[in-house]
Amino acid sequence: MPPKQPRWQSINISRGTRKRDEDSGTEVGEGTDEWTQSKATVRPPDQLELTDAELKEEFTRILTANNPHAPQNIVRYSFKEGTYKLIGFVDQLAVHFSQVGNLVPKDSDEGRRQHYRDELVAGSQESVKVMLSDTENFEEDEEPKEAETEAESQTDVPVTGVAENVMEEELMTPKQPKERKLTNKFNFSERASQTFNNPLRDRECQMEPPPRTNFSATANQWEIYDAYVEELEKQEKTKEKEKAKTPVAKKMGKTAMRKLTSMESQSDDITKVSQAAKIVERMVNQNTYDDVAQDFKYYEDAADEYRDQEGTLLPLWKFQNDKAKRLAVTALCWNPKYKDLFAVGHGSYDFMKQSRGMLLLYSMKNPSFPEYVFSSDSGIMCLDMHVDHPYLVVVGHYDGNVAIYNLKKPHSQPSFRSSAKSGKHTDPVWQVKWQKDDMDNNLNFFSVSSDGRIVSWTLVKSELVHTDVIKLKVEGSTTEVPEGLQLYTVGCGTAFDFHKEIDYMFLVGTEEGKIYKCSKSYSSQFLDTYDAHNMAVDAVTWNPYHTKVFMSCSSDWTKR
Amino acid sequence: MGETEGKKDEADYKRLQTFPLVRHSDMPEEMRVETMELCVTACEKFSNNNESAAKMIKETMDKKFGSSWHVVIGEGFGFEITHEVKNLLYLYFGGTLAVCVWKCS
Repeated sequence: MPPKQPRWQSINISRGTRKRDEDSGTEVGEGTDEWTQSKATVRPPDQLELTDAELKEEFTRILTANNPHAPQNIVRYSFKEGTYKLIGFVDQLAVHFSQVGNLVPKDSDEGRRQHYRDELVAGSQESVKVMLSDTENFEEDEEPKEAETEAESQTDVPVTGVAENVMEEELMTPKQPKERKLTNKFNFSERASQTFNNPLRDRECQMEPPPRTNFSATANQWEIYDAYVEELEKQEKTKEKEKAKTPVAKKMGKTAMRKLTSMESQSDDITKVSQAAKIVERMVNQNTYDDVAQDFKYYEDAADEYRDQEGTLLPLWKFQNDKAKRLAVTALCWNPKYKDLFAVGHGSYDFMKQSRGMLLLYSMKNPSFPEYVFSSDSGIMCLDMHVDHPYLVVVGHYDGNVAIYNLKKPHSQPSFRSSAKSGKHTDPVWQVKWQKDDMDNNLNFFSVSSDGRIVSWTLVKSELVHTDVIKLKVEGSTTEVPEGLQLYTVGCGTAFDFHKEIDYMFLVGTEEGKIYKCSKSYSSQFLDTYDAHNMAVDAVTWNPYHTKVFMSCSSDWTKR
Repeated sequence: MGETEGKKDEADYKRLQTFPLVRHSDMPEEMRVETMELCVTACEKFSNNNESAAKMIKETMDKKFGSSWHVVIGEGFGFEITHEVKNLLYLYFGGTLAVCVWKCS
């Protein structure tokens, strides 16, 4: 319909003017009145100059609202009547132009609402959305020009489409707040920065579950009954006992208390008593061995008068211990500080029958029982007591171990002991000797063994540290093997002694009967070699008074 | 004669057996006493409904000592359970009831 409107209107208007022209013409024809002069016709400048004949020409063409292109003889088959039927009503609508717009009819609820909102928000953007209905368009002939122009501008928009679009638009738009900044719909990007996300990592740990146990039992009436009966009996018994006890308890308690106290005092006093007992024991011994002691001090044998320069020897004291029975005395050493104390090392010289060893310390004041007893797995071959620390006894064992016993400590284990790890000798240790403390004030001693090594042992904190001082080699006895290999037979050290004044110099006696003069600082060779004996050297000693002379004794029954 | 004595004994028994008798427990002393008291209250409160007594004990124990407690109350039953160490109490109560309370999550 709308496309037809301009034709209608223009025709109407032209008719209107024509009518007016006719009217004015009649008036002019009559025109005697003054006021009619002013009523001169106003013609638009572009009005066609038409002749009367032209003006009076009749237009036989009638404009209708029918669409000339619409088919007029549409026939459709009617299933109801079984025949083709002409369809009288034809859609006369022809769309020449359509535009989709976001128009909201002013009268509609949406339009009113929007209008209200616009009023509230001052200075809102101008967008007038007006819609005129069809009927309005038709009745607008006499309406003011403005409305007509508006109508004209919009009539080419199909009303129904507009309404639909409007509805759609309105659904979208009103929800957004007006203040919001308009964004470029086509090339918009929100400004934001993205930082590097730290990678996520899983960390797991598992706790040990709480400990659990199983428990099982059965509950029955008879079991419950039994349990209760048992419990009752127990209770009764305890009651009876308590009753029985109450009168006696007081006395019992007192005696018990007394006993306890006496017991406690006993256990406490044992240490004190031991001291006293020791003294008493010594007194008793003194009495019993009085004659011996007297003999020792003032022994005068009448027979001496007849022998010149020769005394007689008389065994005075006989020390023995049941535990040390059948063990040979292998070493003896006087305590340098306590003159009455001496140490005895027990072992066995018979290498076929090696058994345990014992270290006993006897005092002259008590010949009947040793002051200290230490037992060891291996036989003791030699021992030495420290000059400055008389409680330290170093012991050389048959199995090559060396051990230090501390007399101050009550237990019978050695305080320090060498082991296979810490470089013990592989053969019996024949002699041990304490040395002066070294630069760091560590205690140290030397040992000599049949394996040909002379080892310096140092007590560092709680360890025995060993250093090989010298390896004895038998000079001249190297046997030439055809291949040219030199085999060194190892010399067996049996005894050694340090020079009394020259610290580093010492003598070593060997099983081969040779005596070597060695120095601590030269570990590879000997300073001097003496072919002293034919058989093993048993002991070698420097002369304490004449520093250049030393003495040795040997198994060949000689001393030099 | 014997019968009457037996009846008397039974009456005595019923009268005397109101105390809880702990058969087995590895709980610490304090916890054991508390649980025992709770069992007694529950069993006395719901003397004719073991289920609600067990429920009450379970819920109270859950609140007091943390979750997942289990309670069995009955006159005769057998069981084999796995329980967390130091969290088991098995007691007789009232001469006829056996109560087993344990925790295992």
